[in-house]
Amino acid sequence: MTTLAPTSTPEPASPPGDAPGRAKRQGAASRAQRREALALVVPATLPILVFSIIPLVTGIYLGFTNSTLKRNPTNDFTGLENYQRLIGDTFFWESFRIGLIWAASVAVLTLLAALGLALLLNADLRLKGVTRVLALIPWAMPPVVVAIVWRLIYSPTAGPLNAGLGFFGIEGVNWLGDFSTALPAVIVVAVWSGIPQSTVLLLAGLQQVPTEQHEAAAVDGASALRRFWHITLPALRPVIFAITSLDFIWSFNSFGLVYVLTEGGPGGRTMLPMLFTYLEAFTNRNTGYAAAMGNVMVLAVVIVLSAYLFAQFRRGKAAQS
Amino acid sequence: MKTRNPVVRFGQYVALAAYLIFLGFPLLWLLSTSLKSSGEINSLAVNLIPDTFAWGNYPQALERQNLIRSAGNSLFVSVVTMVITTLISMPAAYALARFQGKLRAAGTAWILISQVFPAILLIIPLFMVLRTLQLNDTMFGLILVYVTFTLPFTLWMLQGYVAAIPRDLEEAGAMDGAKRFTVLRLIVFPLLMPGLVATAMFTFVAAWNEFFLALVLIQSPELYTLPLTLRMFIGLEGQTALGPLAAGAVLATIPSLVIFGLLQKRLTSGSLAGAVKG
Repeated sequence: MTTLAPTSTPEPASPPGDAPGRAKRQGAASRAQRREALALVVPATLPILVFSIIPLVTGIYLGFTNSTLKRNPTNDFTGLENYQRLIGDTFFWESFRIGLIWAASVAVLTLLAALGLALLLNADLRLKGVTRVLALIPWAMPPVVVAIVWRLIYSPTAGPLNAGLGFFGIEGVNWLGDFSTALPAVIVVAVWSGIPQSTVLLLAGLQQVPTEQHEAAAVDGASALRRFWHITLPALRPVIFAITSLDFIWSFNSFGLVYVLTEGGPGGRTMLPMLFTYLEAFTNRNTGYAAAMGNVMVLAVVIVLSAYLFAQFRRGKAAQS
Repeated sequence: MKTRNPVVRFGQYVALAAYLIFLGFPLLWLLSTSLKSSGEINSLAVNLIPDTFAWGNYPQALERQNLIRSAGNSLFVSVVTMVITTLISMPAAYALARFQGKLRAAGTAWILISQVFPAILLIIPLFMVLRTLQLNDTMFGLILVYVTFTLPFTLWMLQGYVAAIPRDLEEAGAMDGAKRFTVLRLIVFPLLMPGLVATAMFTFVAAWNEFFLALVLIQSPELYTLPLTLRMFIGLEGQTALGPLAAGAVLATIPSLVIFGLLQKRLTSGSLAGAVKG
């Protein structure tokens, strides 16, 4: 629910003449200043400490206990027992696999769709203004409403999607209820609701692409495709990088949309790790075991993210030299 | 880039139309369903424009389904979250933008880490803590959690606005002998106002749209927020309640839509683009 794109807000620029001032501040004024800074920060730090950092540490600890929410709750330290059990838990790994497929598909498809739309909106076309405003609506909708809208669309009996297919003589499908179509169907919904935000970020990125380079290349006879590949795409790389990594993480950790669309069904075909963990914690009431699942998920995200960061870093360096 | 090739141009318009249909049709369908009579929905006729406009779904959604009470709950939770978050993040964002050193590094690190974290990991211990404090299944507990979860983004957004205020202005104030907090009140705060309003609005939308934390923390139906109540409606699908369900969904979207409309310029300029995500 709370998210940010680090690239989208300007870094606070420290003025060039700042260095001597800072040195001075660290001297005589530093104690008074530190007290001042503390006073400014405490009101925000307190809730973060109490309701984020402490639960975070507790959560990691819970993963090593047999804590439950049952009638006779237990809370004993059991070491690695949860993790040993987790290794053999095929249902968890299946949900993990589904989560990875889901997050990667959503991130890549959203990027491609949003890139196309951003390029169109950046071109000199009519209807641009209308499209821009209309395209924002899916973004503003509560995820629960998005899920409701798409349940209506996918409805096997009264849904417009099957009716449209029927018009062309194609037989309808129970999109959210069929084993083979459920996951693709929920991916489409996530892409639909993710396009606006990514488009806006890409549009902002496109404004930064120098037009002179494009014009010069066009004069030299470079095709539009080549210009896109060699000028636009490299310039967009930081934005693309930010969008895909954030979309991947957000999707992997997402809950509401799929929970309301399918509750993880049919037959666990859309059981994302978050749903699985939620059910384990609050339906089966095995909080210790569920916390262990959460810890594994965090670890997975961190590993994937660092690998991606590292690859990007190396590419960036290679591009520089 | 201006393209003069008519074939390319035609292709561009076809693509744009395809996007418009993909993005816009589901919304039209929701509106259309919200205006269909139960008879028409049950007849399985699939038309975009209802035969007769059944405006009655809207009042029906409001009176039959506790929608008003849950809308009131959502409004209360969102407004209080917005006020508290804004009040406590303002000074911290200022410190984050203006002071260098460990504090700033720690703040930035936390903001970034909080984006990577699955809410499930926090909510399990949080649920237990709130239960111990007897704050689970209360509005107050939900608000506390919302404040904590919206803070990182709010801090990040606000510190960007603070950083955009030239330091010279503050230094000029300090020269004239004003204390830091006087400078803050008289110089920084007024300049920060547009940023504060935008940030507050985003916090409101985030709380208004939130589903997962409310699902875990709220059990009593009389405390349900709007998303929880709407989800309850879905159980009624297949019966005659589809029209009111769609009407309720439309109503739930209006506040966020209005706010996004107001912030549209800022959104499309991309400066605040990471704000809201499910």
